[in-house]
Amino acid sequence: MLGYLIEKEFKQIKRDFILPKLILLFPFIALILLPYAANFEFKDIRVVVVDNDKSSYSNQVLNKLRANTSININYFEDTYVKAMELIHEDRADMIINIPLGFEKDYIVNKKSNILIAVNTVNGIKGSISAMYAQNIISDFSHEKNFSIQVLNSPKMEIQLLYSFNKTLNYKFFMVPALMVMILTLICGFLPAFNIVGEKEKGNMEQINVSPITKPVFILSKLIPYWIIGAIVISIGFLVAWLFYGITPQGSIFTVYLFSFIFTLAISGFGLVLSNYAQTYQQAVFMMFFFIMILILMSGLYTPFTSMPPWAQTIGSFSPLKYFIDVMRCVYLKGSNIVELLPQLYALLGFVVVVNTWAILSYRKKN
Amino acid sequence: MEDVIIVKDLTKRFGHFVAVDNISFNVKKGEIFGFLGANGAGKTTAMRILCGLSRPTSGEAMVGGFDIRHETEKIKKNIGYMSQKFSLYQDLKVWENIKLFAGIYGMKKNEIALKTDILLNELGFEKEKDTLVKDLPLGWKQKLAFSVAIFHNPKIVFLDEPTGGVDPITRRQFWEMIYDASQKGITVFVTTHYMDEAEYCDRVSIMVDGRIEAMNSPKELKREFNAENIDEVFRLLAKKSTRKEI
Repeated sequence: MLGYLIEKEFKQIKRDFILPKLILLFPFIALILLPYAANFEFKDIRVVVVDNDKSSYSNQVLNKLRANTSININYFEDTYVKAMELIHEDRADMIINIPLGFEKDYIVNKKSNILIAVNTVNGIKGSISAMYAQNIISDFSHEKNFSIQVLNSPKMEIQLLYSFNKTLNYKFFMVPALMVMILTLICGFLPAFNIVGEKEKGNMEQINVSPITKPVFILSKLIPYWIIGAIVISIGFLVAWLFYGITPQGSIFTVYLFSFIFTLAISGFGLVLSNYAQTYQQAVFMMFFFIMILILMSGLYTPFTSMPPWAQTIGSFSPLKYFIDVMRCVYLKGSNIVELLPQLYALLGFVVVVNTWAILSYRKKN
Repeated sequence: MEDVIIVKDLTKRFGHFVAVDNISFNVKKGEIFGFLGANGAGKTTAMRILCGLSRPTSGEAMVGGFDIRHETEKIKKNIGYMSQKFSLYQDLKVWENIKLFAGIYGMKKNEIALKTDILLNELGFEKEKDTLVKDLPLGWKQKLAFSVAIFHNPKIVFLDEPTGGVDPITRRQFWEMIYDASQKGITVFVTTHYMDEAEYCDRVSIMVDGRIEAMNSPKELKREFNAENIDEVFRLLAKKSTRKEI
């Protein structure tokens, strides 16, 4: 019985004018275009230098900075106050202040400091610029085997980016997370819209008077999209590899395992909504409503840990958050299942809760 | 003849609204039973209960020998259903719709293939086997929907205003199909708004405000109400309605 229904779903999808093209195009567009839209790499960071030391060591630091393509040293000023004026006039983004006695401190104490002040009107640009500079200086200090204390750098929560994405390439951060979006849309949205569509067209009534049991009917809706989801996510892995050279540091098996569990959760979520929506319009609007929240609270674009605690609490109810975590960890850090157990439990929790809810709300409507 | 539908004191309430008010009737095997009533009289609600789509508030009913409260799944295996709203898949071909629904009712693959050809032949649809259902004219669609509803040879077929919007010639052909089905022993339970169609039924019941106000053969009904035709009988009874049209 299930076989006949799945065959029917595939025929309908294949015959649809838009769906098959869009499904195939989707991983390409999402992975090739979107990483650029969500690009947080900053070029042409305008720097004003206040070199109070004018020593050989301070000069070496500056040369290091000049070597970085993102950083342009545009001005030299004598005092910090004058440098600050340039920031106020928006002619510079960052001040690098090397104190008097920088070189001497190194020789005597093996320890010195540099002050970085950043314009954080655009907070993200500010933190990332500061991090670039900080990175360069700490490289220098490693070379020279002494420690430079960087003062006044804004507090940042970018451990993942910092530690496991040495080139600071934002695409490495976005691509694994965008695959989560793809699965959400294909395995969460499409089957739900499909069910509401049948309800609206009246096909559902015919199905309801037939001996098809509810689980069989629901499975007949989900299985085709699971298969499509598996294909599309595989295309996604391929695109990530071909275009960006991004491959999971961890095992691909872990990625597929979590993809499958996440798919169960997000399709269950779609089913819950499809049970409440009577029309396509309602379904589309509900999906948009929830997906906006789920995505923006999930840490796809902004680091989850930089949200205020109450927002993190809300965000922790988004299965996307956990799966995005997993994808980034496996792709960038090479985490294994044992390290990802908290996410595994969270996702399994979602699977149980939403699917139970889906079954209960389905009965209620009859 | 055995009774395939036995309804006793069936009631369905939605809040304070009594959609079906304590109705009782029996339908015999192979009978064509016309279920008439104005819009909102409770026909569709009663029919949905008998099909296992809705639960009654009180009362009992047996359909095809199964209890409508506890054995809806068994009922569903033994009935066919055609709703007012066309419910075959428009984006599937004629043969694909037949195959799908036959498959759902557990028919074997080769049996389906064989019967499909016979059916298309009978309907004169051979050329339309590969046509998408959405490209068929309405009358053809309705004929196909009925054929699909009885394809698995159910004990009873429920037809909810099957001929709405269909031209007179096709309606006539449709009723010939209903007669054929009845000849084969399939009980036909049909709601309609066309009073001339009511004349074709073996027996009709007329519902007013959730109650059955009259039930008999068309001939007896006309005599009982001293009317020319069923249309007149219907008007006499429908006047009693105090319910607003919904």
